[in-house]
Formats: sequence, structure tokens, C-alpha cells
Amino acid sequence: MDIKDYIASGILELYVAGKLSEKENLEVAAMAQEHAEVRTEIEAIENAILELTRAAAPNTTPDFQEIRDKITVPETKVISMEKSSSAWFSYVGWAASVLLAVGLLWMYNSNQDLRTQVEAASQEKLLLEEQIANANNSLEQTTELLNTIREKEISVISLAGQEVSPSSYAKVYWNKSEEKVYIDAIGLPEPPPGMVYQVWSLKLDPLTPTSVGLLEDFTSDENRIFALTNANESEAFGITLEPAGGSESPTLEQLYTLGVVSS
Amino acid sequence: MSLDSLVNRFQEKDIRAYEQLYAMYAENITGVIHTIVRDEQLAQEICQDVFLKIWDKADSYNSSKGRFFTWILNIARNAAIDKLRSKSYKKNKQNLYTDNFVGTLEASMEDDSTPDTSILKSLLKGLKGKCVSVIEMLYFKGYTQKEVAQELAIPLGTVKTRNRDCIGKLRKNMTLLHGH
Repeated sequence: MDIKDYIASGILELYVAGKLSEKENLEVAAMAQEHAEVRTEIEAIENAILELTRAAAPNTTPDFQEIRDKITVPETKVISMEKSSSAWFSYVGWAASVLLAVGLLWMYNSNQDLRTQVEAASQEKLLLEEQIANANNSLEQTTELLNTIREKEISVISLAGQEVSPSSYAKVYWNKSEEKVYIDAIGLPEPPPGMVYQVWSLKLDPLTPTSVGLLEDFTSDENRIFALTNANESEAFGITLEPAGGSESPTLEQLYTLGVVSS
Repeated sequence: MSLDSLVNRFQEKDIRAYEQLYAMYAENITGVIHTIVRDEQLAQEICQDVFLKIWDKADSYNSSKGRFFTWILNIARNAAIDKLRSKSYKKNKQNLYTDNFVGTLEASMEDDSTPDTSILKSLLKGLKGKCVSVIEMLYFKGYTQKEVAQELAIPLGTVKTRNRDCIGKLRKNMTLLHGH
């Protein structure tokens, strides 16, 4: 996506307002990390809001001291040092400073290591947060799907396995008023390469098939539920295996499942 | 020192970092709260509560989810709105939805204790009423995009671009203000 368009979309203004979803926030944070332009723009927007909110402030703000008195700060320990006057003190001092130098070098090195680790960890954290956001999303989608097939007006048609594949089955959830069908194809085997399942709406007398659509990307769709549009006065539904791209009329030898709409 | 490291130190309970952040944002936060509650004394009290709260909850801020100021802003708005909804302010609740900066501007003419509005005026100069409302709803009153769309009777998608236009004008006014 073009950075200028991204900035012009107004998403950064909403980011500063805190009005984006968790997922969008992460996206903006990632964009800002990647593009200096986005960072600068976010800061400019924030500055404008800072200026405006400051202008809306009353003339006095409470003193920090009042707050200071009300909080607890983790205590830092004070260690008292005892005076030493022995002659060998300076030798020990030299030895100590050499040790210190070595120690500092070692600490510098391990600090570099830690930095790399922290960076890696924060990258990983960002990734994990993105995964959580994605998981939430897919949960939402699943819930939506569940609600859809639970609707009142939906009729459910079971399609039974036919000669080619007696163990196959499928279900059709048909919302007549919205002209939508959802095909639950979990009971169909994976199509061989170069082949695709095609859904047909059938009129029984005389037998007239009309294509409703293809179950594309069969393997990549994990829940195997496909939404298609069906404006036909269907009396039955069938699913056949066809060459990629689908066919004009069904190849009946490859009829996998068939089911009649109960009236 | 960069804002990021200042915030990091603040999260490690470094009181000096906290004081610095307070100096940076206390006025803004009071401004937002004052716009909601319209009472200077109360605005200061809530501001103090907000800063005490962020000290206690410092751990819960996460930079990948948004700006530090946005985080405090959100806490402040919620605190102010909660206060308004609480019993003692119930009768004034109506004001929450009708007042805007215009209220602040008008009030300042009668009363010296309200904000010095000359800067506010220059910042909002030339901004249409709808612009002022969008900014106020999104940044000061915590409306969602959807609520803004409903309130102004505009499509949801328009909120984002309109707000960008309005902030753009605000930024122009800002440059003018500092140019002088």
C-alpha cells in the first residue's frame, strides 16, 4: 500500500484518538516501526491534539508535589561505607580498577547480547499479539457463521452419498428469502488435482440442473463451509466433481451427493 | 531523552520520569477533563486521580497498542465521564451531550476562572461547527466512530476522512499561530 494513501486515509488520526481495534492498533504500530513518514505524521497529529487539549485547560493544574505525597515509591537502599586507612589500600585499588575495566568490557558485551535478545523478544511479542487478534477475529467469524445457520428461515437439506462415493455426505443450509446457500462440505473427500466440486440446483420434473457455483479453494478452507448465492426455486441439490473451472452441465457419473428439498 | 525511554523508566517506577511525564501532560489531561465536567476544581481532582491511577497501573501500558498520551487520555475521559454519571452530577448529565468548546468560549466571557480562550479561539478559527464537533467527540468525549456517525448523521466511512480534514485545518492554524 502506498504510504501517502495510508496517511491520507485518516487512520493515524483515529490511532491517536484511541479509536481503533486492537488489531488495527498493531498494524499502525508495525507501519510506524517500518516507515519514518508514518512516525512523523503520528507525532504531528499528537502535537496538534496536545496543543488543543492544553488550550482547553483551566489556568491552573495541580502541583506534582500533591501527587508525590500520595504515592509509594519502591525504596532504594543506602549502604554506608567504612573508612579504611591501611597502606595496601592503593594496591587493592589498582587491582580493583583493572578488574573493573575487564568487568566493564564484559558487561558491554553482554549488554549488546541482551539488546539483541530484547529486540527479538519484542518482535516476537508483536507477532504473538497479532496472533491473538487473529484468533479473536476467527472466533468472531465462527460465531457469525453459527448464528447464520441457526436462523429461523433456514431450511436444511441433507445430501447423501451416491454410487461414486457412498460414504460422502454434505449439508445445504438454504436461506430462501436472502437467496443464500451455505454448503457444509466436510463430508466430501479432497478433490483430485485439477478437479473441483460444483453445486447444482435441480428441478425434478423434468430434471433441469442449474449451476449454483464451485467449492473453490477446497483444501485451504479449513471449516469447509462455502457461501453461494441461489435464486432458483430448487427442488433438490447435488454436488458433482468437475474439471477445474466447472462445467455447463453436470457429469452425472461423478455425482457425489444428492438430496431433495422437503416441502 | 526519548519519550520511549522516559515511559520505560516510568514503568520501572522511576519517580523523576513520572514527574517529567506529569509536567508534559497534566495540563492537557486537565483540559480534556474540564471540557467534560466544566468545573475547574473537579477537573483538577480528577486529573490527580488519573495520574495516581496511571502510576499504579503503569505495567498495563503497552506501546504496541498505542501512544502513551492516548493511553492516559482514555483513562482520563473514562474517569471524567464516570464522575459525571455518578449520583451527584446526574442532573447535569444532559450537558455531556450538548456542550462543546463553544460552551467554554462563551463561559470565558462571563467568568475569569475558565480557560484563557484566546489560543483555543485561534486554533479553532475557520473550523466549521461539524469539524469542531468531530474533534471534540473523538478526542475529548470518547465517542466511537459509529457514535459520531450517528450523532452527525453521516456515513461511518466519512468520519475517518472528515476527522483527518479537520485535524488538518487545526494543524494549519497551529502553524499560523506559531509563525507570529
